[in-house]
Amino acid sequence: MADKRSALTTNIRQNVAFYSAIAMLVALYLVYNMLHPRGFSAAVLIQNSNESVAIVFLAMAQTVPVLLGGLDLSVGAVMTLANCIASEVVNGSPLQIVLGMIITLATGTAFGLMNGLIVVYGRLQPIIATLATGAVAVGLALFIRPVPGGNVDDDISWALTNDLYEFVATYGLFDADAGWFQTISWIPVPLLIVVAIAFGVWLPFKRTVTGRTIYAIGSAEGAAYMSGLPINRAKIAAFTLAGFFAACGGLYLAIQTSSGNADITQAGAYTLNSIAAVVVGGTSLLGGVGGAIGSLVGALILRVISFYFRIVSIDPLLQPLVEGLVLLAAVSLGAFRTLRVKNQLNLFR
Amino acid sequence: MAFHIPSLKAEDKPMVIASAFILVILSIGTVYTLSTQGSAPLLSPGYLLQQLQTGSFLGIVAAGMMVVILLGHIDLSVAWTMTAAAMMATTVGGEWAIPTGIAVGAAVGLVNGFGVAYLRVPSMIFTLGVDSVLRGLMVAHTGGFAPQDSATPLMRTLASDRFLGIPSAIFVWLAVSVVIAVMLKRTAFGREIYVTGNREVAAYLSGIRTRRVILGSFVVSGICAALAGVMLAGYSARAYQGMGNPFLLPAIAAVVIGGTRILGGQGRYIGTLIGVILIVLLNSVLSIMQMPEAGRQVIYGSVIISMLLVYGRGNKVHS
Repeated sequence: MADKRSALTTNIRQNVAFYSAIAMLVALYLVYNMLHPRGFSAAVLIQNSNESVAIVFLAMAQTVPVLLGGLDLSVGAVMTLANCIASEVVNGSPLQIVLGMIITLATGTAFGLMNGLIVVYGRLQPIIATLATGAVAVGLALFIRPVPGGNVDDDISWALTNDLYEFVATYGLFDADAGWFQTISWIPVPLLIVVAIAFGVWLPFKRTVTGRTIYAIGSAEGAAYMSGLPINRAKIAAFTLAGFFAACGGLYLAIQTSSGNADITQAGAYTLNSIAAVVVGGTSLLGGVGGAIGSLVGALILRVISFYFRIVSIDPLLQPLVEGLVLLAAVSLGAFRTLRVKNQLNLFR
Repeated sequence: MAFHIPSLKAEDKPMVIASAFILVILSIGTVYTLSTQGSAPLLSPGYLLQQLQTGSFLGIVAAGMMVVILLGHIDLSVAWTMTAAAMMATTVGGEWAIPTGIAVGAAVGLVNGFGVAYLRVPSMIFTLGVDSVLRGLMVAHTGGFAPQDSATPLMRTLASDRFLGIPSAIFVWLAVSVVIAVMLKRTAFGREIYVTGNREVAAYLSGIRTRRVILGSFVVSGICAALAGVMLAGYSARAYQGMGNPFLLPAIAAVVIGGTRILGGQGRYIGTLIGVILIVLLNSVLSIMQMPEAGRQVIYGSVIISMLLVYGRGNKVHS
């Protein structure tokens, strides 16, 4: 019992950034629902989760290269590319739809793989390599969709952006009014998608040798190399996974908006917000500390803050300023570290 | 490497290759115009000067950006620093317009430097936050519209008039270049930037006040961005929302193409100059070819990647 308790305290102490992010999210969202006239209703939850999926996926995408000590400035662009591809191919017969989704995800993953190959075998700094490949991705997206628009199957965009009840009813899987189903039928599908991918892809990956190596590289690349860890494989895997998550975001965005939009400004904004979400979620930009689940929480925190503007009466002209100040304050929270260090030299890592 | 030039010093390689690539761009563009229009506007001095005039804004931003990148940091706030400086300058107007704009840049630099050097927030994220705060301030200030105030005559003179037949913007760019180059090469502050960028702990232990060096560098970057913003407002006769946005990524690309290490500590100003010229000419050749935006982005990205693959490769990891 004593052992268990000390294990728990160690766990909390080592992940203090992560747990405080979760606490902050819960507090923010509870207060939001209390202030909201239709708070604690399924409709609000569905709307909020729909609006969060893309940035959550991008934050998860950004996390993996950041854990290496790198940065992927192309995630927003890859998301845009996937969004435009999906707006072309996700329609037709059910088989075609599934195929279209696979094509979309595969393209994003392949783009991530290319980033990884350039970083590893080209030996370029990730930040500048992905800056350039991001331009290529946006260019390709513009080729596919010079003007916003597109065609996404209506059933799938209805089914995937509502609660489980509508999902089951749309496809007539079984009797959606069945008694046992009532307890879970309110759960929003987008929430399930995010949770399934976060826990089904990221957590298993993190436990593999490749996943562990990503953390090792972020802590000390030289030491990881000397320990015989598969450095190249881990780096390529990290960027590939980033491409996959970004493509998930783009695919969902296409399904949610029923269209594709190759907007360069939007791609840039998503990339920058993904970095902010990663930092808020407790992942260190120096690498080696954090995880995609933390970034998921970080992205949700940023989204919930922006939801507040809808219910708190604030001059719309001041809204961007408040958003900016909140972002700046959130990322400066880490500054308290500088007040705690005993040895000045520890500051200059 | 296929074309290894033995007598070339490693740090000169980026400049030589980038210059060679500028010639390649010029000849491709000339061949294109000769074959389609039968003329070679790219080689006429007037056209080149006009391109350099529009390039001078990017050049000034890149000069400041380089100082920060030499430290191993980055300044993502230049876009809205430019816009904020331009908007405040046109709002104040009169003879105080330009000093106000520059002061805005210096103030932004101080905030950035404080956050990065003293609070130790990673520059990537702190300058990003400052950028969105500036955007918020400008939206609140202007109401989200382009301000009606127009640029003062002095701002227009600096940006779009000609002096001795050469656009005066190029003289401003030259002056900024000389100041930055001399600062980096000949002053203690400049040498301290390189030392701090190479290894901050070592610099600190050698008695360099690394925090002040970082603070000063961000102020330089802020001032450069502000100057470019004020001149851009002079060039287009007024300030407008998002006027700085197209300058951020090209400025970083120009610095890196010019051989400055993105991790800091290494790079020469002349390289940044060549990088800016390369990007400006690449853009103008692509617009002569009436390349759609999609193709431009792809070519732009591919050029940066392939130039870096030739000379920007890092060392292999060992212990």
